[in-house]
Amino acid sequence: MIKTDIIIIGAGPTGLFTVFEAGLLKLKCHLIDALPQAGGQCSEIYPKKPIYDIPGFPEILAGDLTENLLEQSKQFEPGFTLGERAEEISKDKDGIFTVTTNKGTQHQAPVVAIAGGLGSFEPRKPMLENISFYEDKGVEYIIKDPEIYRDKKVVIAGGGDSALDWSIFLANINADVTLVHRRNEFRGALDSVEKVRELKNKNKIKIITPAEITQLKGKDKLEKIVISRDKIETEYELDHFIPLFGLSPKLGPISNWGLDIEKNAIKVDTFDYQTNIEGVFAIGDVNTYPGKLKLILCGFHEATLMCQSAYKIINPGKKNIFKYTTVSGIDGFDGSRKEAKKPVVQAINN
Amino acid sequence: MSDINLSIKDRDGKTHEVVAPTDMAMNLMEIIRSYELAPEGTIGVCGGMAMCASCQCYITSEHELPNMEDEEEAMLSEAFNVKENSRLGCQIFITTKHEGLSFELAPE
Repeated sequence: MIKTDIIIIGAGPTGLFTVFEAGLLKLKCHLIDALPQAGGQCSEIYPKKPIYDIPGFPEILAGDLTENLLEQSKQFEPGFTLGERAEEISKDKDGIFTVTTNKGTQHQAPVVAIAGGLGSFEPRKPMLENISFYEDKGVEYIIKDPEIYRDKKVVIAGGGDSALDWSIFLANINADVTLVHRRNEFRGALDSVEKVRELKNKNKIKIITPAEITQLKGKDKLEKIVISRDKIETEYELDHFIPLFGLSPKLGPISNWGLDIEKNAIKVDTFDYQTNIEGVFAIGDVNTYPGKLKLILCGFHEATLMCQSAYKIINPGKKNIFKYTTVSGIDGFDGSRKEAKKPVVQAINN
Repeated sequence: MSDINLSIKDRDGKTHEVVAPTDMAMNLMEIIRSYELAPEGTIGVCGGMAMCASCQCYITSEHELPNMEDEEEAMLSEAFNVKENSRLGCQIFITTKHEGLSFELAPE
């Protein structure tokens, strides 16, 4: 059981900044995210895209913003449960929440902050007959343990970075990799395309383009797929089929938590972004209120106000006063201390 | 700059006749969102960077449209339910040339 002050669901920019603001109030945070890394959309969808409306940064790449936020929150030692989706929530008689993930990891805290963006990212599944039957019987959408593909015959479908990167990775651990894409050009980073070309020239990767998978076959597990190229269909024996067609966000289990939902977003009170469940807040793109704008900078503001109310829930009756970091500095949970240098007072006439 | 009229069939098959400004640098995806013709979170997920295909549309009128850039073509090559007349709504910016344009939202 992981115990903390604030459970943050979603490790995107808003979730990460919550760690910092909570830390200033001596509150400890633990983040849960369905993706295997922090950063949310910024790292998953557009890490190399510039953002122009982060105050103080005329231009910053989404990936760099994530790195900076991680650096800024590091001193408050956040915990992370990554690659797991928050599935269930319950509240005990003392008002303590337990959030359980799809893998059964349990987290306990008096406050829950949902900073889930547009929802948890789920793989986009190709529309192939019987594909759900073959899931985990030869069809995998997410590579959890690359070792299971060693010395196996693997077909990867897709034309983006993840299809290219995993083709390279699996070819390098001796999997027999075939990459199938609907067109001849790939959308991934130039150096990845170059690496795949090199591996193809060394006969370490087979590439079939422009082509697509049209059928899955096998009695108890996946045994063969049918690849269609130039209207000619060919059966292909394999051990694993990995379709990598990107991820799409789904609000998912959160929508069954008894929260007031409107237009796929959680309704909140703009006083402190609390939901209809006391102690559960929703901040960033996941919430809605009159005048809402889905902007990272708005998420930062919401996180800051939310932490003030979280403090009062966690420390009932305990006095606190808002402080400027320029005045009081920052005491990290890791023992670090940051503060402005004291001005040197010296007389000039002596 | 003047407004133009667009005809949009939503994912439930209902057609909406809407008025769109041509001086606000808006694209088809943004018009759909501004009229709330698809639930939030199901359209324009990437914000309009041709990186998610959630705004895929089928263009059903004969209007001349801007050519596809590499990013749009690459994204559509990975999308589902793609047809000959598929375009990403976020990549078509509205101008006076689009008066009377009609299109349909692709399934989610």
